[in-house]
Amino acid sequence: MRIELTVNGERQEADVWAGESLLFALRERLGLPGSKNACEQGECGSCSVLLDGRLVCSCLVLAAQADGHEVVTVEGLAGDGELHPVQDAFVRAGAVQCGFCTPGLVVAAADLLQRSPQPSDDEIREALSGNLCRCTGYQKILDAVSLAASGADA
Amino acid sequence: MDVLTPRSLDEALRLKTEHPDAVPIAGGTDLMVALNFDRERPGVILNLGEVPELRGWSRDDGLLRIGAGLTYAEAMAEPLRSLLPALAEASRTVGSPQIRNRGTLGGNLGTASPAGDSLPPLLVEDAEVEVASLGGSRRIALHEFLVGPKQNALAPEELIVAVLVRPSGAPQTFMKVGPRNAMVIAVCSLAVAVDRERGELRAAFGSAGPVPLLVIAPLAEADGFPALVASAASPIDDVRGTAAYRRHALRVLAVRGLERCLAA
Ligand SMILES: Cc1cc2nc3c(=O)[nH]c(=O)nc-3n(C[C@H](O)[C@H](O)[C@H](O)COP(=O)(O)OP(=O)(O)OC[C@H]3O[C@@H](n4cnc5c(N)ncnc54)[C@H](O)[C@@H]3O)c2cc1C
Ligand code: FES
Ligand code: FES
Repeated sequence: MRIELTVNGERQEADVWAGESLLFALRERLGLPGSKNACEQGECGSCSVLLDGRLVCSCLVLAAQADGHEVVTVEGLAGDGELHPVQDAFVRAGAVQCGFCTPGLVVAAADLLQRSPQPSDDEIREALSGNLCRCTGYQKILDAVSLAASGADA
Repeated sequence: MDVLTPRSLDEALRLKTEHPDAVPIAGGTDLMVALNFDRERPGVILNLGEVPELRGWSRDDGLLRIGAGLTYAEAMAEPLRSLLPALAEASRTVGSPQIRNRGTLGGNLGTASPAGDSLPPLLVEDAEVEVASLGGSRRIALHEFLVGPKQNALAPEELIVAVLVRPSGAPQTFMKVGPRNAMVIAVCSLAVAVDRERGELRAAFGSAGPVPLLVIAPLAEADGFPALVASAASPIDDVRGTAAYRRHALRVLAVRGLERCLAA
């Protein structure tokens, strides 16, 4: 079946199988491998995208359900050659090790800062509670989000 | 496999009559896991995401009509949060922000898991489930809707349309036992309300029997209530905990819940 959706501001069409997830369609049909597939069951958050402006696990959205809707993936965050402030902060804080969890965490953190530009530590933890990282131990990720919120330059 | 996407409730009900085996999908947080792991391969999926009648909630003369498509994130927002505080607290414990943005009350009722977190708070508030087919709609008391573990009273041609509840205004709370705050299937859970108007102590537990269950006692019997709640449960041993632990935990939760509600 054919679906039509807006991805990172651009109108896109894709031929999808009825039972496939939005994550699969993004990665395999639309050439956007930024969103990662780790668990396919909503547990890890590495597939996080914004669907109509709300943070969701794209592995749990049926591709067909995104027909007519708007999706923003990690690829859509950076401007022209400029990192998104959250991406920049992740680099500066050393919040990336293997990097597999990073796209999902960056999308989740960007979503948080958009809703709450000066989050408390608890708010940050709560907002990232659906994203798992096997490498960093999380502290540098929390630091990165605080850094992005503070707007401090390098 | 085929996906049908109705644009109105009438169309959805017509499609469900034409395809009684069609599996509805709302937020997809239960069904997609089954699809991704090939545990389910329905011939037809009925996408309820574009049915406006299932969204949001309304109030008519004190009766709340909550659309089956209401998400946990929406249940946590004012003014619903103040109208149904225990449901908001329970919603806050569901999964993660990503899950709460997609998962719906209708989906929780559809799955009818003994661990469904919206169910104990709705039982305590005497909620009814409105289901409909092309032939019309009927209301089912929630405790009758939940017929067994992962089994509900829905007929094949019916859809869950709304949850109906008249908020008691009673002090109430929800508590859930698990290894961490986020992403936890309840080891056991308990919603408690102290309804002075009706003169009742009310509690409903989850994950401690085949279905979430409501326990009621007179207001004066607070001392014996925790033991009553624990004895009403019929928990099992499983990977998340033992039956004995669950019974003990329910007793502790009931004591704490009563403390909170009696102080309010
Ligand atoms: C990572 C993760 C964490 C989770 N944590 C929790 C938790 O803490 N607590 C909890 O209770 N649950 C939890 N869940 C389970 C799930 O999120 C909930 O059960 C949720 O309410 C399901 O809603 P949904 O709209 O996503 O359902 P869907 O997956 O769309 O549907 C679920 C079932 O209900 C049926 N259905 C849906 N809507 C209707 C309708 N209107 N009429 C008839 N049938 C319908 C579907 O056919 C399906 O059988 C979790 C799931 C995941 C993946
Ligand atoms: S891949 Fe979607 S949450 Fe893990
Ligand atoms: S950096 Fe490796 S999983 Fe997070």
